[in-house]
Amino acid sequence: MHEVTTAIRLRDAVCCYGSYPALTGVNLQVGVGELVLLQGANGAGKTTLLRLCAGLAALTSGEGEVLGCDLARESRRVRSQVGMTAHHTMLYEDLSVAENLEFWARLWGTPSDQTPAALRRLEVNEDLWNVRFRRLSAGQRKRVSVALLAVRRPRLWLLDEPGAGLDARGRDAVGRLLLEAQNSGATILVASHEGFPAQGAATRTIHLAGGAVSREASAETPPVSALQSSTSSASSTSSADAAASDAATGESAAPVGASASASDA
Amino acid sequence: MRSVLLIAAKDLRIELRSRVFLYQIVPFAATTLILLGFALDADRASLRNFSPGLYWVTVLLAALLTAQRSISIERSGGLTDAMRLSGVAPPKIFAGKSLALFVYLMVLELLMLAGVAILYEADLVDVGLAVATAAAATVGIAGAGTLYGVLAGGSGVRETLLPILLLPVFAPVLIAATRAFGDALGTSAVNGWGWFGVGAICSAVYALGGGLAYGPLLETES
Repeated sequence: MHEVTTAIRLRDAVCCYGSYPALTGVNLQVGVGELVLLQGANGAGKTTLLRLCAGLAALTSGEGEVLGCDLARESRRVRSQVGMTAHHTMLYEDLSVAENLEFWARLWGTPSDQTPAALRRLEVNEDLWNVRFRRLSAGQRKRVSVALLAVRRPRLWLLDEPGAGLDARGRDAVGRLLLEAQNSGATILVASHEGFPAQGAATRTIHLAGGAVSREASAETPPVSALQSSTSSASSTSSADAAASDAATGESAAPVGASASASDA
Repeated sequence: MRSVLLIAAKDLRIELRSRVFLYQIVPFAATTLILLGFALDADRASLRNFSPGLYWVTVLLAALLTAQRSISIERSGGLTDAMRLSGVAPPKIFAGKSLALFVYLMVLELLMLAGVAILYEADLVDVGLAVATAAAATVGIAGAGTLYGVLAGGSGVRETLLPILLLPVFAPVLIAATRAFGDALGTSAVNGWGWFGVGAICSAVYALGGGLAYGPLLETES
């Protein structure tokens, strides 16, 4: 079995909603382990590009491959290896925070003991774990939504505006999570028009305009050093707190790697 | 099978938590049963004779609301996408959603049977036939409700489209179940088990067809 070195490969990818072309011919190649920032104005095609890479939006024309799977023929295989946070939380309003995470963990076949660790990693207050999801504030909802990715540990992380609605501590927690995931070999694509947590660690920034790549810039600094410089001052206290919390409960947060697989496909 | 049970258990838990079924759907069905009795303005004997048909019309109207509710659970918060990203095979999602709908509807039918007995003075003379007919018909109603729910969901006007799509599909099940119930309640001299068979065949077709069609329809929904 050959090793996949390219996480995303798109050639002249066009994606239409009815007659409206949301993507007008995207050419993009992302290597495994990269953290790529997608930037662009509203309507530039960032969300559609993420949905296409997740296997949720269909290619109208062009070619696409994600983690070695053809987007047109193997979208279900793509989906089983991808984790996504979008504008929607993708969580059930009438289940509690813990019930939501446990439901998805069991459906994916992930050990459900990962859920407390994921919630602690995102610094979701333990008093909220048994509260119905609908009662949470916007920032807490976002944290839980991202915690779901920490539970799944997909090979490809797709995040749409992960910093939206988060306070500085929340953004810091999300930033650390993304960098841990990247260091474990996961590929990360983040769409944001206003910056995102751990932005300094991005290996590349791709600008979209009118549904196509308009400009691309590579980072000059290596991702890990960028992480340490961008998050250490803000996160040293919270990291220590999280570690102490894990030690106190006997639960260490599992490394965030890339291990998602379809439980039941 | 594990994923089917997980999805069904999740829907049932949400329903128990939100109490929409208890506080809205059951009262709606009870009110319909009462209003139908007033609308017919019939004597006790006539109401008793009409009770199989009135019972199943009430169940089908309540089933429309229950199907809408089942769809709305997944429609909000991008959960249809989340379900598609889960990697679970669409027929299993269909089976899980249908199983939960089956459970609500069986509970509702049990409550409505008590309502018919009290309001219309219907007697249950063949319990086995009534239970078998209810179970077979409910498989079809739950399957069609789940399938057409995802079909109507893709249109963006599901609230109004769903009843138009579903009621004609329910018709064969309604006819077969009403005839079989006529025998079970002792209101008509027909071959109840024969009609049970007709209803069971319709339900099996809906369930199998639903399992096959659910995946492609789920793809078109988002």
